Amino acid sequence: MLHTFVVYVENKPGVLTRVSSLFRRRGFNIDSLTVGRTEKPDVSRMTIVVDANEDQSQRIMANVYKLVNVLLVDDITGQAAIARDLALIKVKTDQDTRSKVLELANVFRARVVDLAQDSLTLEITGVEIKVNRLLEVLEPFGLLEVVRTGLVAMRRGGEPGFQDKKKVNGRVVVDDNVSYSV
Amino acid sequence: MSNQKLSGSRILWECLEREGVRHIFGYPGGAILPAYDALKHSSIHHILVRHEQGATHMADGYARATGGVGVAVATSGPGATNMVTGIATAMMDSSPIVCITGQVGSKLIGSDAFQETDITGVTLPITKHNYLVTSADEVAHTVREAFYVAKSGRPGPVLIDITKDAQQSLAEFDWDAAEPRLKGYRPDLSPEKAEFEQALELIHKAKRPVILAGHGVIGSRAMAELLAFAERTSIPVALTLLGLGGMPASHFLNLGMMGMHGEAWVNTTIQEADLLLAFGMRFDDRVTGMLKSYAPNAKKIHVDIDPAEINKNVRVDVALVGDLKKILQSLIPQVEMLDRREWLDTIRKLKGDSAVRDIQNLPDNGHLYAAHVINDLWHETRDRDTIVVTDVGQHQMWEAQYYKHERPRSLITSGGLGTMGFALPAAIGAKVARPEADVWVVVGDGGFQMTMSELATIVQENLKVNIAIINNGFLGMVRQWQEFFYDKNYEATPLLSPNFVKLAEAYGIHSVAVKNRKDVLPTVRKAEDHNGPVLIDFQVEQEDSVYPMVPAGAALHEMIRRPSPLVETADDE
Ligand SMILES: Cc1ncc(C[n+]2csc(CCOP(=O)(O)OP(=O)(O)O)c2C)c(N)n1
Repeated sequence: MLHTFVVYVENKPGVLTRVSSLFRRRGFNIDSLTVGRTEKPDVSRMTIVVDANEDQSQRIMANVYKLVNVLLVDDITGQAAIARDLALIKVKTDQDTRSKVLELANVFRARVVDLAQDSLTLEITGVEIKVNRLLEVLEPFGLLEVVRTGLVAMRRGGEPGFQDKKKVNGRVVVDDNVSYSV
Repeated sequence: MSNQKLSGSRILWECLEREGVRHIFGYPGGAILPAYDALKHSSIHHILVRHEQGATHMADGYARATGGVGVAVATSGPGATNMVTGIATAMMDSSPIVCITGQVGSKLIGSDAFQETDITGVTLPITKHNYLVTSADEVAHTVREAFYVAKSGRPGPVLIDITKDAQQSLAEFDWDAAEPRLKGYRPDLSPEKAEFEQALELIHKAKRPVILAGHGVIGSRAMAELLAFAERTSIPVALTLLGLGGMPASHFLNLGMMGMHGEAWVNTTIQEADLLLAFGMRFDDRVTGMLKSYAPNAKKIHVDIDPAEINKNVRVDVALVGDLKKILQSLIPQVEMLDRREWLDTIRKLKGDSAVRDIQNLPDNGHLYAAHVINDLWHETRDRDTIVVTDVGQHQMWEAQYYKHERPRSLITSGGLGTMGFALPAAIGAKVARPEADVWVVVGDGGFQMTMSELATIVQENLKVNIAIINNGFLGMVRQWQEFFYDKNYEATPLLSPNFVKLAEAYGIHSVAVKNRKDVLPTVRKAEDHNGPVLIDFQVEQEDSVYPMVPAGAALHEMIRRPSPLVETADDE
């Protein structure tokens, strides 16, 4: 089963390597990993999607927490959350097929971001399945180039992501800004 | 408060002094030279090793002998990479060491400069944490953080890689301002009330409970609590290799060692238990045997400081994550005293059965067995403050079986990584840390030859370390596997050695060879009294094996037992 973790880390050099190396070392396969800035300049945020069962996901969390630079890990699998993948898709087109591709793009609410004599580039944002579907239907036209960002995700609702987490992994975190490691 | 400017090198040693460091083990080279130069301002005693691997094992032995942090120093490139084995050893056994390496100038990083190695990259998976320091004003807080991380929570090795320019340039040194502020690091977890209650319920219901005590007992200094808990609940205790000494061997509730070469009755007891209480141990494959058939009828309570250990190898029913000492302190007043005579009697009967096969009950038949050497060593040294440091192989297991450890930190050995070559340097570290203790190295002829260059360190530092080589002419443990599982095809295990007595003498170390059992005790006694290091070459039976043995992949109770007659040569009594 795919698990989605949101990981807040200190914005320091080498932290991405520490996190990704841990997954490799413990034998967990990363499906996607995205990293970027947050509302706090000293905190970066990763969304990591991993194939893992329930036990494994607990251990992933515990192991990620062990990294000294990791501040907070949130397993949002099965939680009310917004998850988005962004893709740029370059499709082969000609006189005959262009309108068909545009029609499909419309159905999927994909935007045209580039148009050339023999190709058309679309941008789509959405949950992964939606992106997968669009790719499926475009496949017969000929995919020239595809790039996907991997999932970014966020819990729904009014709670701030990082600041006010009181409970982590079922445990009360004493200081709001702090995680545990051993 | 101070605004004096010091070089990064001087700040480094200033910080180490304030962390309580009196000794460091190291080897100089270009990229760490500024730091070595600044040692003249410091009261820290530097011990020159003969190989950087030795420095890390010494730091490790120093840490394990005391519970403090050991420090190893090396230059960049080959100096740093030579540390890798020692760092991995410390990582696997949760030993707090700080390794300091020089690095090429910060401007040169990434250019493949002379002796540049990305040692923080190399050691990423084998350190608890590591740092690359590129400027002098990062030195103080990095060192303070490193020590704090190394010794707190689940201890482990931390590496600090310091560029040459960071050692040379000046910075303000303010110890107080450098206090660690680690936002993402909280080593002080404790279980919730409900988890305690679940644990208590299982303990009170159990009819056949066993405590499995590991290295965490010693790490958490929970010996008194373990004893109190076991006595109050009448629950017998089995120990892991690294747990030995965590409870006195002579205590009536102490069953002895579990696992691959554990006592037969201990493994059988575990398999028959209805509750396992794992205290500071991690269900390593060397103690569980095949997982599918491990303690099949037992509920499991796991007390460990590291949440990542929970449900890793064995699924547990209750996990109490936190410091073992504190957790036991809160459990003890809550547990009821229960009568477990029936269960203890059952175990005692199992024990009676095993004792018959014990090689110790064999009269002297003219052959010298390693077990006899260890047993006599134990008899002679047990009343003194003795630390035994073992290497890896058959002798390590015989030591664990026949040396009855009464005190914590009286056995130092490489468990998780099983690093041959560990013993001699680790013993040097132990002796430096505890000069008042007698330190004995028990080592195979194979492992000894991996790090025997450190004999010179012993002599140069004028250390009284006693060395017992259990010399069987083979890489014994591997030979044993070949005997059992590879049709006695002794490929690459017969081992030629130098004349160890002459070798020791070349270093100026007093040395003797022993071939007869009757000579063991007097030789050990003389070694203790000798004013200076002693090396004894015990030439033992060559093809003896360690029994019992749980073969890899077998269930814990499916042990290979010592054949009868005990060994082929044993019938001429
Ligand atoms: C560095 C290292 N290399 C290889 C091994 C594999 N190994 C485990 S035990 C052993 C044999 C040890 O022989 P010796 O030191 O003579 O001790 P004995 O088993 O004979 O007591 C070997 C080669 C190891 N544990 N460590």
